[in-house]
Amino acid sequence: MASFPFELVSPERVLFSGNVDSVVVPSAEGEMTVLANHAPFMSAVRPGVVTVDGGKRLFVRGGFVDVNAMGLTLLAEQAIPVEEIDREKVAADMKMAEDELRAASTDEARTLATEKIAALSAMMAAVRS
Amino acid sequence: MPSLKDLRNRIASVKATQKITKAMQMVAAAKLRRAQMAAEAARPYAQKMEAVLANLGAGVSGADAPRLLAGTGSDQVHLLVVCTAERGLCGAFNSSIARLAREHINRLQQAGKTVKILCVGRKGYDILKRQYDKQIIDVIELRAVKQIGYVNADEIGQRVMTMFANGEFDVATLFYSQFKSVIAQIPTAQRIIPAEIPVSAASSTATYDYEPDEATILSSLLPRNISVQVFRALLENAASEQGARMSAMDNATRNAGEMIKKQTQKYNRTRQAMITKELIEIISGAEAL
Repeated sequence: MASFPFELVSPERVLFSGNVDSVVVPSAEGEMTVLANHAPFMSAVRPGVVTVDGGKRLFVRGGFVDVNAMGLTLLAEQAIPVEEIDREKVAADMKMAEDELRAASTDEARTLATEKIAALSAMMAAVRS
Repeated sequence: MPSLKDLRNRIASVKATQKITKAMQMVAAAKLRRAQMAAEAARPYAQKMEAVLANLGAGVSGADAPRLLAGTGSDQVHLLVVCTAERGLCGAFNSSIARLAREHINRLQQAGKTVKILCVGRKGYDILKRQYDKQIIDVIELRAVKQIGYVNADEIGQRVMTMFANGEFDVATLFYSQFKSVIAQIPTAQRIIPAEIPVSAASSTATYDYEPDEATILSSLLPRNISVQVFRALLENAASEQGARMSAMDNATRNAGEMIKKQTQKYNRTRQAMITKELIEIISGAEAL
């Protein structure tokens, strides 16, 4: 199988950089597998799991994928390898977010809390599977 | 003529100061390594972001471009985000950023523009408040933050975004110090709103598929870009601060060493002079008998 360069970068560090055969990306409109020689493509990312070569799994939240002749670049606002996710911390954060949602008085705060919950539940799902 | 005791005290106090500056230098060196690594780790993201923006920005232009990219159409009200350190004793680091900001402010004021200042870091505020107290709208302190994370930058970014959305300013400029090396930090002014899009060469010729459409992506990418730029500025600043402190403290330690040497010499001379004097007194006393 032909391989192509893939880079996963978050603002704090480069999480993955190297040649891969396939990458599954949780794009805004559904999961998508990118193989070599993909057409130039750009999409937003929703919270979910990036699977590299069917093995290595990384959780990403917020960001963009950019596919071009130079390879695949994923700019994630937050990215963490699935095995490094702390299950208890996620659960605690979840509880906090739920409290926030209940306490939210403005529409804005409510949307923010809902988004947080969505991201956290995606994280939970990533740990479980 | 200071007495021997005075000299001894002076030497002791300079030695104590030297110990402190030496310790500060070593702490700064250790912190610098970490800060430099963080700054370098953040670079790929900012670079990729720039490349993506360049690609996108070339496609979307004209009247339908988002306001973050095209601006509000006027440049009457300027927001200056001045990023400095929380602590002093780092050479000319804070004052050189403040000086650059001050030059900028004066130029804008002479042109009849309104200036608003948002200070990030206590020290910049301390310097600027003397002259521009009325223009400063707020101070964001990062004193409690040990290692600057993206979250901190995002908060500042969100704040700037909200102000822009409320129409509180037209142009935003970011002031920070770029880290070149331990001895060279360059105070830099960078315009963040409207975004400065680097002109890309051949890469924009490729036809992209967008999902969702171009405008949606661009409108969520631009606010993020601001946070990223702020983040990069903060990291560069952190590295520069430690670098500046390191070289300032190195100088201080060396100066203290020189001072100790001089004072010790003076102390020894005085001591010897006194001994000689006493001896002469004893000898001449014995001769008189």
